[in-house]
Amino acid sequence: MFIHLKDVSYTYNLNMPFETVALKGINLKVNRGEFIGIIGHTGCGKTTLLQLLNGLIEPTKGQIFIENIDIHKNKKKLKEIRKKIGLSFQYPENQFFEENIFKEIAFGPKNMGVAEEQLVQSVKKSLQMVDMDYQSFKDRSPFSLSGGEMRRVAIASILAIDPEVIILDEPTASLDPQSCSKLLSVIVDLYQKYHKTIIMVSHNMEIMAKLARRIIVMEKGEIIMDDTPRNIFQKSIDRLEDIGLSLPQVTYTMYKLKKIGKPVSSGILTVEEAKEEILKLVNENKK
Amino acid sequence: MMFFRNITIGQYIYRDSIIHKLDPRVKIITVILIITTIFLVNSWTGFFIIGFYLFINISLAKVHPKFVLKGIKPLLFIISFTLLIHFFTTPGDIIYRIWILNITREGIHRGLFISVRLFYLILSTSWLTLTTSPIALTDGIEKLLSFLKIIRVPAHEIAMMMTIALRFIPTLMEETEKIIKAQIARGADFESGNLVKRIQNFLPIIIPLFINAFHRADDLAIAMEARCYRGGEGRTHYRQLSINSIDHVFIIITLFILIVSYLWVV
Repeated sequence: MFIHLKDVSYTYNLNMPFETVALKGINLKVNRGEFIGIIGHTGCGKTTLLQLLNGLIEPTKGQIFIENIDIHKNKKKLKEIRKKIGLSFQYPENQFFEENIFKEIAFGPKNMGVAEEQLVQSVKKSLQMVDMDYQSFKDRSPFSLSGGEMRRVAIASILAIDPEVIILDEPTASLDPQSCSKLLSVIVDLYQKYHKTIIMVSHNMEIMAKLARRIIVMEKGEIIMDDTPRNIFQKSIDRLEDIGLSLPQVTYTMYKLKKIGKPVSSGILTVEEAKEEILKLVNENKK
Repeated sequence: MMFFRNITIGQYIYRDSIIHKLDPRVKIITVILIITTIFLVNSWTGFFIIGFYLFINISLAKVHPKFVLKGIKPLLFIISFTLLIHFFTTPGDIIYRIWILNITREGIHRGLFISVRLFYLILSTSWLTLTTSPIALTDGIEKLLSFLKIIRVPAHEIAMMMTIALRFIPTLMEETEKIIKAQIARGADFESGNLVKRIQNFLPIIIPLFINAFHRADDLAIAMEARCYRGGEGRTHYRQLSINSIDHVFIIITLFILIVSYLWVV
């Protein structure tokens, strides 16, 4: 087991008039090689959870173990933790500050103590991972890029510290459809080609259904579901609707078809699966 | 990493109290009067009366005293520093000697006086900000400054800038915290190294913060222009300030207490 959260709670402004409970009694285990999607409403504690995962904030109650080490027992180890677990915040391009992309991406590895000679190598590698050309981009200003490119450079700047786990907080927020699908293919590559463990928050259920292997549903600071996408979108449709989360559009369409009595299987996640089911239905009707 | 969450100065807490209902102008004038008196009063009895008066004001505001005192915490260092400076540097009757430093009776006296003054200063200003919403505060300032319009002081513009500045303090703080966290996640270190190194370490925070702030300012300016904002002339207010009998009673009592505290020398 790689990451283990044991009975973790987090309260903002503890003992102040504006005290707010963000997380309560979270138990979570993450293994290497997983692709986890976290869904839930704004303010349900997703971002707080992500920050706990790489030791940016300390839980007000409970413990966080990474490779069986309680990360808040030894503060000096926190930097090592952050080297293993990379976190990309929402709108990560807001943290750009360097004059060119090379320096921007080299910031992380430099801080982590990577030697000067190896910096070129790690910048090259991380740009390659987000499918950008080293030679043509390295000297450009990060502020001169398009929205989608900025986002990918920002993610490359996290990849440069070579983390095993990559946490992405709404990576596709406010990107145009083309940049969005480009970024998603980068994320798929990170998971399949580079064998990174991915933890991702997104409001886009289509993306979640397609990419994630495990989905965690949060509500009011608690984990209320933790299962495979198929199980969640099959068994808990009503529950999801109750807390106001939408389903992927195809899943919803198929669910409605089933509800009016058509013999289709529920828990359809992709358009391909839906196509098969509908074709089957049409063919049966022909007979 | 909660860098800013402990700062309570300038925060507004809504309660249903007499103090919250007072006209902001009355409260601003009260604070100015209190501060003036604090620096005029020269007796412990006077300080005691003002202290009691502040205590009543804070209790009437229904804000927990603990919360008000929390605001003083960050300034404790400055208070104790001035206290010590006065202890050792005031000439007079030497009552204690440490190495080459002399503590004098006059030093203790003056040191304590100054500390109490600073303490009251913070107490009274946080009383004002805790009980007055930023909008009411700037409305009050605008009205109070409006007589300066005769000599072409742009009172409305000053108030507008203050409102905007106050409005963006929490936003910018939140953003700073987020940028700090993001850079820490990229291995930045803000806690070690010598002074030059530490200042350099702040560049990754300051630069993105400024860039974002300028973007925001730009957006805001465009949004204001899109809604035809063109300065204060002929502009009416949604909230009309009005001074009523409670305000009169409050200011009379305040004046009375402050004059007594000044004149009372036992």
